[in-house]
Amino acid sequence: MTAQPRIWDIPGGIHPPQNKAQSTARGLEQPPLPERLILPLLQHIGNRAEPLVKPGDRVLKGQVIATASGLFSCPVHAPTSGTVSALGPAPYPHASGLAEPAIIIDSDGEDRWIEAQPVADYRSLEPLALLDRIRDAGISGLGGAGFPTAPKLAARPDHRIDTLIINGAECEPYITSDDMTMRHRAPQIVAGIEVLMHILQPAQVLIGIEDNKPEAIAAMRAAAEQHPMQVVVIPTKYPSGGEKQLIQILTGKEVPSGGLPADIGLLCHNIGTALAVHDAVLLGRPMISRITTLTGAALARPTNVKALIGTPIQDLLSFAGLRPEQLYRLVMGGPMMGFTLPDSAAPIIKTSNCLLAATHDELPPPPPALPCIRCGLCAEACPAELLPQQLHWFALGKDHDQLQRHNLFDCIECGACAYVCPSSIPLVQYFRAGKAEIRAIEQQHSRAEQSRLRFEHRQQRLQREAEQRELERQARAEKAARAKAAREAQASRQQTETSPAAAPDLARIQSRKASTLSPEQKQLKVAAATARMALQRAQKQLAANPDNTDLQAQIPKLEQAFAEAQQAFEQATAQEAP
Amino acid sequence: MSIILTAVLTLLVLALIFGAVLGYAAVRFRVEGDPIVEQINALLPQTQCGQCGHPGCKPYAEAIANGAPINKCPPGGETTIQALADLLDVEPLPLDGEHGEEKPPMVAYIREAECIGCTKCIQACPVDAILGAARQMHTVIVAECTGCDLCLEPCPVDCIDMLPLPVTIQNWRWDLPRPVTGSARGGAA
Amino acid sequence: MAVRPPSSPHTLGNNRTRNIMLQVLAATVPGIVLMTWFFGWGTLINILLAGSFAIAIEAAILRLRQRPVSFYLNDGSALVTAWLLALALPPYSPWWLVLVASGFAMVFGKHLYGGLGQNPFNPAMLGYAVVLVSFPLEMTSWPVWRGIEQLQPALTPTLGLLDGLQRAFTPGSLPADGWASATALDLLKNNTALTIDELRAAQPAFGSMAGRAWEWVALAWLAGGLFLLYKRVYSWHAPVGMLAALAVMSLLFWNGSGSASNGSPLLHLLGGATMLGAFFIVTDPVTCATSPRGRLVFGAGVGILVYVIRVWGNYPDAVAFAVLLMNLCAPTIDYYTTPRTYGHSKARRGLGKVDKP
Repeated sequence: MTAQPRIWDIPGGIHPPQNKAQSTARGLEQPPLPERLILPLLQHIGNRAEPLVKPGDRVLKGQVIATASGLFSCPVHAPTSGTVSALGPAPYPHASGLAEPAIIIDSDGEDRWIEAQPVADYRSLEPLALLDRIRDAGISGLGGAGFPTAPKLAARPDHRIDTLIINGAECEPYITSDDMTMRHRAPQIVAGIEVLMHILQPAQVLIGIEDNKPEAIAAMRAAAEQHPMQVVVIPTKYPSGGEKQLIQILTGKEVPSGGLPADIGLLCHNIGTALAVHDAVLLGRPMISRITTLTGAALARPTNVKALIGTPIQDLLSFAGLRPEQLYRLVMGGPMMGFTLPDSAAPIIKTSNCLLAATHDELPPPPPALPCIRCGLCAEACPAELLPQQLHWFALGKDHDQLQRHNLFDCIECGACAYVCPSSIPLVQYFRAGKAEIRAIEQQHSRAEQSRLRFEHRQQRLQREAEQRELERQARAEKAARAKAAREAQASRQQTETSPAAAPDLARIQSRKASTLSPEQKQLKVAAATARMALQRAQKQLAANPDNTDLQAQIPKLEQAFAEAQQAFEQATAQEAP
Repeated sequence: MSIILTAVLTLLVLALIFGAVLGYAAVRFRVEGDPIVEQINALLPQTQCGQCGHPGCKPYAEAIANGAPINKCPPGGETTIQALADLLDVEPLPLDGEHGEEKPPMVAYIREAECIGCTKCIQACPVDAILGAARQMHTVIVAECTGCDLCLEPCPVDCIDMLPLPVTIQNWRWDLPRPVTGSARGGAA
Repeated sequence: MAVRPPSSPHTLGNNRTRNIMLQVLAATVPGIVLMTWFFGWGTLINILLAGSFAIAIEAAILRLRQRPVSFYLNDGSALVTAWLLALALPPYSPWWLVLVASGFAMVFGKHLYGGLGQNPFNPAMLGYAVVLVSFPLEMTSWPVWRGIEQLQPALTPTLGLLDGLQRAFTPGSLPADGWASATALDLLKNNTALTIDELRAAQPAFGSMAGRAWEWVALAWLAGGLFLLYKRVYSWHAPVGMLAALAVMSLLFWNGSGSASNGSPLLHLLGGATMLGAFFIVTDPVTCATSPRGRLVFGAGVGILVYVIRVWGNYPDAVAFAVLLMNLCAPTIDYYTTPRTYGHSKARRGLGKVDKP
């Protein structure tokens, strides 16, 4: 056996009860073909794909139904053969419960494949061609974060990858999908890793697996026997499976804050992604299925399934024997970082690694939060060595400067701090809200900057046009004056009267001149306009709600305010009128 | 007596020396212009709506630099007032209700069926966010619209609505958790 | 954004605030047992009085602040504050002294700042310091211990329950010189003529290591503290910091065993309220520093200040003042001991404004 390479320890971390045994008893099962599949256009970090099909089209299994739009986007493929029945907002697996545009396919039961085009010998291909393959297969990371794989693999000139890390840690309780994948698909995973190695040419490959998965370790070791890759067993601790933490454990290096692992010559991929790469390159099959854990005490038959992407969650839950009366909370993901689903109508997507159908006792509602007693257990548990206690005080006080000074954006939202908090404070929610606010304010600032530029350009344009008009007016005035002088000269010679037409011209020009306003007058004009707007709005509202007595009382006041403002303006301008 | 004289002379000489140094520094290291107006303007939301009583954000920034109250901007809301208070080292005041209320971000929407193509709204928009031409259809460029609602009033057929920005997966946010049980401490969004 | 789903994590560990508080109280039991053995029922009376007063005052204030009363009383923090205060006050303190101390602790030490978790000062020590300064006579009347009558027949310990209650509720009824004597630290401070050995021989207040009887109580506090460390209720940094700093200071400034001696490290470590302070006061999470390194600095500061005030200050024992002074420094310590976050080359310390990215 190869000697175990050196591993490091991450600071902090927790040891929650693992609850993994429930879902590994039945191996890897195949659920029945669903009748209806919902394929959202966005299943990962990045941009939505653009649909290629419309309702009524017939599609084959593996056919492209939406193309990637831009660099950070993945195409979507039909998971089975059937007919596109609709294209529009559909239930989406997200904490908010909002709908997302999706392609809905009614399966025809035949499950007919499109013709596959495997690569005969990928080693003869250029890495770029292989990247195209991976992109066209729609592969995005299967670890949970879901970054499109092709741009992640694309080499930048300043990035030289020395170490490829394959993440088989699966540190979160309840989830066993990577475990079962490694047990049953180890040779394919290794083959996929070799494709990745051909693209990246790393100096070493490390496969990190937690020590609570002995069968998976044995299977991967056996499959990687004659290959230049090493299986490294790491102690079970949550969250060792986070990308930054696994890198620290296996190499002792830290990803610089705000940077990528590629900045220090490392790249980390999930074993599921490696398997998808194998399927795409060696079998010519796009990414249309994944292995998902179905677990939780509300299920009679918790298991792992090879499920088609787009399968409605309720189909999978009934396959696993859901007892609806016992279901208290449905979580997508694990208990530490997953999110609660409002209902089971949503489909599973490329990043859905686990469905946890929990009873009330299994995931009880959080107790009401007590005030923070500053015990510091959260700082002891934080794998990023942050001070969650301070961060939560600053988030409460909306002190964005201090939040950034205390490195809020280095938080990986693993939940270890909230797990140990004796006062049951929902720390992760504080951090998420704080991050969202800071991002929103930055976005507002950049939008405001853009609006300001547009406004200034517009002002310049108007000024140019005004100057142009002024020049033309002057030219016309001079011309008219010259014409008038000529006429007068003629008239004085011919003793005829001046044309009455010139006088109104001059009078009109003079009155237009008087219409430029001083700053105070402009202010009064704006005030009058504002008052008129407010009055009109109130009147409109009153028309919509005629019984609202508050509005009825307000309107006379607004009318008066408007009358006063208008009067003030007219007085100010009247003073200067000729 | 001579001690007093010595002391006074010494202090005088020191004052002259330091005065000279300060005077030289004031001239040599002088900061050009008045950047405070730019900094204030950078904090304002740039909707150019006029609700503060000034014809635009830059004039209001100049007014603030001359001592105007900082709480007159409804689109900027609480965040802007707080930021201005931090910048100018003054007390943050609550938003002055006379000038409007803080509303969620809105964008204008033209009901195209009713639009007559008069271009009055295009002329009113301070950031040129309405696309259109005389007797051609007008439409609002949502990405550029600041929600200032200056276009509502000029429209002769009243076909413009102000709608709140839709919430999608992309801009949905977690709220701050409810405050600690029973306490009225702020933080709930 | 009206929907409010619960945020992850959806499962929580078993550690709850109430359990922490109860464990702390459990760890004081050995000390309480010894104190009751040596000094009679005084400690228990103190605890009962302080506990009831504190809970009643807290309930009244919660009602005034319109908070849910039973929810906040149940977290056990008022009881812990009162309990520790009761252990720090001399046994058989008059009931009104206990009332004033608990009242100050609850009102000015905790609720004035917003309740649990918001106070900058240790409430128990605040209450103690207030009564120490206001009622010096009562606060320096430490009772004699079991067996004193064999060494000094003039003094009698109060070991009966009724006698104890009488002393607590009718303080004037028994003159203090019948049952109180100076403590070891007191005697050391006021000693100008005798060498340490002579002092020990002359005064029965000195036991084999530090103050007689009190040294065993100190060891009991130590045992309780080690129990809490084992249970990981708090980390080792603050107690070790305090004890180490105090030991180092007393080693450095020992000054021999003549009449000018400042006391051996053992005397300082086991004398007075050192052990109680190290394992129960300094470790109060709300008022001590946040990061582990910060706690070490905080504890060391307390140790140094305790020594300074004991030797060169006006008071024989100084844990309360030292803790209060370091509570003032705790926020600054926090600013200068932030840990280095993952992915950063060094920690961002100091009070400067953040540079915008």
